[in-house]
Amino acid sequence: MEKFTVHTGVGVPLRRSNVDTDQIIPAEYLKRVTRHGYEDALFSAWRKDPDFVLNQPRYSLASVLVAGPDFGTGSSREHAVWALQDYGFKVVLSSRFADIFRGNAGKGGLVAAQVEESVIERLWEVLESHPGAEITVDLVECRVKSERIDEPFVIDEYVRWRLLEGLDDIGISLKHEVAIEDFEARRPEYLPTTA
Amino acid sequence: MAKTLAEKVWESHVVARAEGEPDLLYIDLHLVHEVTSPQAFDGLRAANRKVRRPDLTMATEDHNVPTMDIDKPIADPISRTQVETLRRNCAEFEVPLFSLGNVEQGIVHVVGPQLGLTQPGMTVVCGDSHTSTHGAFGALAFGIGTSEVEHVLATQTLPLKPFKTMAVTVNGKLPDGVTAKDLILAVIAQIGTGGGQGYVLEYRGEAIEALSMEARMTICNMSIEAGARAGMIAPDETTFEFLKGRERAPSGQAWDEAVAAWRELATDDDATFDAEVIVDASSLSPFVTWGTNPGQGLPLSASVPDPQDFDNDADRTAAQRAIEYMGLTAGMPLRDITVDTVFLGSCTNGRIEDLRAAAQVLEGRKVADGVTMLVVPGSVRVRLEAEAEGLDQIFTQAGAQWRQAGCSMCLAMNPDKLTPGERSASTSNRNFEGRQGPGGRTHLVSPQVAAATAVTGHLSAPADLVNA
Ligand code: SF4
Repeated sequence: MEKFTVHTGVGVPLRRSNVDTDQIIPAEYLKRVTRHGYEDALFSAWRKDPDFVLNQPRYSLASVLVAGPDFGTGSSREHAVWALQDYGFKVVLSSRFADIFRGNAGKGGLVAAQVEESVIERLWEVLESHPGAEITVDLVECRVKSERIDEPFVIDEYVRWRLLEGLDDIGISLKHEVAIEDFEARRPEYLPTTA
Repeated sequence: MAKTLAEKVWESHVVARAEGEPDLLYIDLHLVHEVTSPQAFDGLRAANRKVRRPDLTMATEDHNVPTMDIDKPIADPISRTQVETLRRNCAEFEVPLFSLGNVEQGIVHVVGPQLGLTQPGMTVVCGDSHTSTHGAFGALAFGIGTSEVEHVLATQTLPLKPFKTMAVTVNGKLPDGVTAKDLILAVIAQIGTGGGQGYVLEYRGEAIEALSMEARMTICNMSIEAGARAGMIAPDETTFEFLKGRERAPSGQAWDEAVAAWRELATDDDATFDAEVIVDASSLSPFVTWGTNPGQGLPLSASVPDPQDFDNDADRTAAQRAIEYMGLTAGMPLRDITVDTVFLGSCTNGRIEDLRAAAQVLEGRKVADGVTMLVVPGSVRVRLEAEAEGLDQIFTQAGAQWRQAGCSMCLAMNPDKLTPGERSASTSNRNFEGRQGPGGRTHLVSPQVAAATAVTGHLSAPADLVNA
């Protein structure tokens, strides 16, 4: 996984709460068996509307999504993270994330940074009054910056460390091979198997 | 120290623990399906890794399979590729698979419990958010993403931060005609779609203890719609009764040992939860959703709300948007909402008890003109059991379609979809925009309400039919 330290990019205001995973990527696109190529799928229903914010040319280079509360509710589909990344997003800012989405984002290297709702409001104002404005997301200092804004964000400390180091989770767990074997030797006999 | 049920299961699965790091938890059962697994198997191949415990892993085909003509090749080439990819992956990595046509095939969350694979005190994961269903047995069961699927395949463990705990105490008795689905929809409306975030919910209290295993699964299934990672119910005699004699349940001396261990799982009397919600079951009535998230629900006797009545901006805007999308008007009685389609099925309400309840309402009645009703059993076993009881006859004589097992119109990945603007009463769990097909409109209901609605053509409870 690529290391993430500081990212600066165009922000896009998504003035919606409860952006669920079916909106981020409809089930139709989940039939694919690949890990990439989901840029067309992102918000595909909303993108049919020419006025939808992502269709406005001034946000065309956006890489920081600024969304309302409860972003990523719904299904466990990791495709939601992939679609955001394939489209070009490196960061999503929200005042609240759904748990599974947040976990998936961390695994995939998408920064899901939680800020106060008032900060989201101020960012929306900046992005709407100055379309194309950039936002800097500093994972080293855990701060989000834009015009006259310099605020902290919250991200799980362990996820932050992994993103900063660009580490792969499976590799980390496999270092515990001996502990896993010990645990397996202690499991009760009555537990079921599928084989 | 006194512990809750969730904490007990967690503690008994810690493989490694270190300051500042997530706990490494052992996973007892990993369920796999075609949609969220291909990229995980690819990852294994790329890293030259094996599935550590194929004997603790089970796959089934459910999300993307047709519910008609299953003896023919899957018509949609992209769906077919996905299903064939699962078959190839399972063969290569030696994972047991229940393919279309196998008697054990069905929705992953129906199949696990039915085989007796889901047992109290276990950790159960699946690349599907409704894995919370299995919590009905007192298992810690939660949905994971594809990277985590790969992680569990490779290591049989997951690094996890402990969840917070919330008690959902349901006192009193559910009135006649009020079901587990009504109860959970009311709970979600009360705590909101984000209210359970970060928590494992433990449902308890008199009303929960009185529920069957099927009904408990309906409740735990929808925990995720309140934002929770998992829902759990302490195992009791009802649980043991359900499990006894199932194919994968222990037997003989192992059974006695298991039951003794399971009895220890209940939350200690002096354990504390991080939060508690109290619900009075006796005050509930049939509950339906009017909006586009599962928290936007009301008693069937209510009317579509006026967005102005919500006390914060976000809820107001969300309500406004939902009412527009759903093609409703504020103040309209929910009972006046007419539907085009009724969907009975899904991992929420596709079990035998759900089909029985709906059949009882439909017996001797007809699906209204202009209404299509799809009955999709949660698994092949459920289908066979229903046929043995003659339920399929009741459904087809009423004019409903009797289909093969799968997820079907719950998420509309297969050909079972709503068309734009089409409206359904659905026993599934999600009413998101376009969930049942692009532009489709979904009202979440119980199986009983679904059946009554099919008869009248507008949202109705069985009690409305008495004089009809
Ligand atoms: S029935 Fe619906 S909610 Fe359940 S597993 Fe299938 S798609 Fe998911």
